Amino acid sequence: MTTAYATSTTWIDACASSRLHTDDGIAVLLPGGRQAALFRTRDGHLYALDNIDPYTGAAVLARGIVGDRAGTPTITSPLLKHTFDLRTGHSLDSPHVRLTTWPVRDTGTTVQIRTPLAAP
Amino acid sequence: MKELVVIGNGMVGHRFVEALLDRDRAGHWNITVIGEEPRTAYDRVALSSYFDGATAHDLSLGDLTGPRVTVHTGERATAIDRAARTVTTSTGRTLTYDRLVLATGSTPFVPPVPGHDLPGCHVYRTLDDLDAITDRARGARTGTVIGGGLLGLEAANALRLLGLRTHVVELAPHLMPAQIDQGAAALLEHLVTGLGVHVHTGTSSTAVRPGPTGHAAHLDLDNGTRLDTDLVVFSVGIRPRDELARACGLATGERGGITIDDTCTTSDASILAIGEAAHHRGTVYGLIAPGNAMAEVAADRLTGGTATFTGADTSTKLKLLGVDVASFGDAHGRTPRSLDVVVNDAAHHRYAKLVLSDDATTLLGGILVGDAGAYATLRPMVGSPLPGDPLALITPHGAPPPGAHTLPETAQVCSCNAVTKGDLLSAIAHGAHDVPALKACTKAGTSCGSCTPALAQILTQAGITQTKALCEHFPHSRTELLEIVRATGTRTFSALIASHGTGNGCDICKPAVASILASLGNGHILDGEQASLQDTNDRHLANMQRNGTYSVVPRIPGGEITPAKLITIGEIARDFDLYTKITGGQRIDLLGARLEQLPAIWARLVQAGFESGHAYGKSLRTVKSCVGTTWCRYGVQDSTALAIRLEERYRGLRAPHKLKAAVSGCARECAEARSKDFGVIATDKGWNLYVGGNGGFTPRHADLLATDLEESDLIRHIDRFLMFYIRTADRLQRTSAWIEAMDGGLDHLRDVVVHDGLGIAAELEAAMERHTATYTDEWADVLADPDKLARFTTFANAPTTPDPTITFTTTRDQPVPTTPVHLAMPTTRP
Ligand code: SRM
Ligand SMILES: Cc1cc2nc3c(=O)[nH]c(=O)nc-3n(C[C@H](O)[C@H](O)[C@H](O)COP(=O)(O)OP(=O)(O)OC[C@H]3O[C@@H](n4cnc5c(N)ncnc54)[C@H](O)[C@@H]3O)c2cc1C
Ligand code: SF4
Ligand code: FES
Repeated sequence: MTTAYATSTTWIDACASSRLHTDDGIAVLLPGGRQAALFRTRDGHLYALDNIDPYTGAAVLARGIVGDRAGTPTITSPLLKHTFDLRTGHSLDSPHVRLTTWPVRDTGTTVQIRTPLAAP
Repeated sequence: MKELVVIGNGMVGHRFVEALLDRDRAGHWNITVIGEEPRTAYDRVALSSYFDGATAHDLSLGDLTGPRVTVHTGERATAIDRAARTVTTSTGRTLTYDRLVLATGSTPFVPPVPGHDLPGCHVYRTLDDLDAITDRARGARTGTVIGGGLLGLEAANALRLLGLRTHVVELAPHLMPAQIDQGAAALLEHLVTGLGVHVHTGTSSTAVRPGPTGHAAHLDLDNGTRLDTDLVVFSVGIRPRDELARACGLATGERGGITIDDTCTTSDASILAIGEAAHHRGTVYGLIAPGNAMAEVAADRLTGGTATFTGADTSTKLKLLGVDVASFGDAHGRTPRSLDVVVNDAAHHRYAKLVLSDDATTLLGGILVGDAGAYATLRPMVGSPLPGDPLALITPHGAPPPGAHTLPETAQVCSCNAVTKGDLLSAIAHGAHDVPALKACTKAGTSCGSCTPALAQILTQAGITQTKALCEHFPHSRTELLEIVRATGTRTFSALIASHGTGNGCDICKPAVASILASLGNGHILDGEQASLQDTNDRHLANMQRNGTYSVVPRIPGGEITPAKLITIGEIARDFDLYTKITGGQRIDLLGARLEQLPAIWARLVQAGFESGHAYGKSLRTVKSCVGTTWCRYGVQDSTALAIRLEERYRGLRAPHKLKAAVSGCARECAEARSKDFGVIATDKGWNLYVGGNGGFTPRHADLLATDLEESDLIRHIDRFLMFYIRTADRLQRTSAWIEAMDGGLDHLRDVVVHDGLGIAAELEAAMERHTATYTDEWADVLADPDKLARFTTFANAPTTPDPTITFTTTRDQPVPTTPVHLAMPTTRP
């Protein structure tokens, strides 16, 4: 993970657990105006990363296609098909491009994302 | 700079100038080309495709005119003055040369039988000849070709395509005496007769007799037969055009042709001759490959090289009237003590003969009729030891045909362009890793195309895997997956990847499988798991734009729309503040809608009677129309009504790629039907159907599939065509590329669609019936389903908040995205 949230972080409610379908992302508005793309993969893992596609500047990653490349879970942007590692946010096309990722959990009723209280 | 004059702008003259420009980098030569025909060089080898829908433009080899080349068309060279080194032309021009190249080709020989010059008597050599034949065929019922050789049979096919009852008269005891033997010819005659061509062998024509109008009307044969015929085409052989050479005293062959040595030089050191006009060591070649070889040698010599022409291969492979015929090497077994191995399988319409050296180890030549699939690998093996049992090579169920891997590096794989296996391997080593790249850098496969299968084999041998696997998750091609889904009744991606794939899928296989499921009628594309498989635009039934907003394109069948509906579209665009534009597909695009606005916009459109236009889908887009008979003074059929009928029939049909269509009301073609996947053009008698056209990255004109169809037949043909495409095309392969990649190409397609050659037409039609019977409007379905509507919110935790990154400014009175987002080129094509 990129950031250590030592202080002042909190779990915010993203959506009801039933709302997040397998391999079908949704976007979440974070405190401070950032946007996260939230995914549940077929093996039950949850991932949250930046919703803004760094190659195009458009907030669309939640609307991309979830899959894998040689075992690495991935999300492919709907705009120009750039692909990112869901776990680390690394771009598979250019290693120096990396998306922010956030911890996620499912309480059983709600999916939550841990974020700083305000924008970093 | 020195002056080079080229007489003749045919195929070989053209190739020569290209080759010279390629080598003459320093610009020593200033080139003037004189061509008698009214147009620049064109592909004479493919001349007959003119009757199959190709245009003069399609056949053109391109204009050579440039800084160092001047081309004069419609001008004949009339005299050569060798002492003064000048050429005079029919327009009175005099050109001075340092070197002169004669590439005058040949002219069809017309035997001096009485009546040979009556109106209605033709030859088959130039585009003008073909136009004249077409003109004459209007209103004619019967045509006769004199000469049953290679060209005669091509001409016979042309007459057939023009709708004439066709006869072929051949003096020799069997068809194609120069290339094939009696046994092969017997099969060929059987197949050709089966197509309705009447063959008369072992007889010659004694006279063409006029009818009351003075036109050719009958043909008398020396066996006493009199044939009724409105048209006669002479195709008994060609004569080199050596008249200019003779007049200025150059040496010529006994049976014609300008005599040249191995450097392509004539008896005058300043004059070269190449192509069909040349006579080399007793032979005048009537084929393009030797002509091209001479062109290369001449160009090399004129730029200081030392290349020589020492004779050439006269192998031929053709598809005559849909019948494969190939003849190569010593096909007639003229080598002393040679041995024949023959398979004559009359029941399966196959004849194959190999000619072997007396010890049966070396291949000398062969003949294949009915199935010439082995030609590409057998021909380059001529002169080499055979890889195995000769009989097995030509027995259909014996060993698989030998691969190109058995060839030595010196074997010439492409004879048209003199490309050896070694040349191909070195191109591969320099990075040409697929067939198109190999073609582009070696020219192999770009003329007759018969060596293309060998190119693929050589790539494989070089270790380049031509994989058909869709992606890392499925080892299958799209076609195979479709068959698996059909056979197993699989209805979800999860089940398919569990049973036939590995991993979790990706942006390649998921949309491909989604499209297969949709094509086979699997309910709404956003049902259940399917929503997560869809590519960008299908996910929200709208096209995503560069800033994450969407465009909305309602269907406007045939481009016809009432004023009331136009006003509704205008009102909706105004109320939602959308940018509007008339598209290239005769409809209206509303751009800049946010994800959460789509349902509200569509609710109003659906209420006003609009349906989804599927601008987002790999599915039918539009059927463009022209105004047709209703308004246009030229129209001969109601093109608008038909376009609407077709658009309503095929709307919502999911396919490997998008589908576009058009209907024009007459041959003026205002709807641009020939640039569509399927295009329909009205005729006096019905509709002509064209298939496989597109614009886009590699534009291609559609090919004529069937003519003068009634509306019900037309629709049956299109049903079959589309379903066959859906069943067999690759992922994201437009119909054009699909037809080009198809074994047997357009002929095979016609066989399947028109003649039901595979016996699947009824099933294809039934599949289309199911599609039309189950079609519903995707957008109306979404509006009626709360689960699907839930997809159309931007933020799950803030449903009423719009995406703050989306903002607009005003340009020419309309909203457009604020900061132009600079998009990098995609690394892979979607
Ligand atoms: C809107 C329109 C341009 C316009 O303002 O006129 C358009 C816009 C797009 N075209 Fe097009 N094409 C439009 C007519 C055409 C035409 C002309 C025609 O259809 O007569 C062509 C050439 C004809 C053809 O397709 O053969 C055309 C050739 C392409 C291609 C290249 C296809 C190819 O085979 O090479 C693409 C890329 C693709 O599909 O992979 C493309 C893709 C696109 C996409 C869908 C790109 C995308 O994925 O975002 C554009 C999105 C439009 C949108 O958001 O609504 N568009 N596009 C036209 C919509 C017509 C309609 O009413 O549906
Ligand atoms: C229907 C058809 C099908 C064929 N199929 C095949 C095939 O499958 N495989 C194959 O290998 N070959 C085939 N051929 C033969 C092939 O087309 C010829 O070998 C090739 O075109 C020869 O090229 P060339 O340049 O020598 O002659 P041409 O292409 O005939 O060009 C000669 C040009 O010179 C012009 N010319 C002549 N005299 C003068 C003058 N005095 N002044 C100005 N211009 C002049 C002529 O008008 C002509 O345009 C086919 C030919 C035809 C007609
Ligand atoms: S294609 Fe023919 S009928 Fe249609 S508008 Fe053009 S001229 Fe008129
Ligand atoms: S052999 Fe004709 S193109 Fe290669």
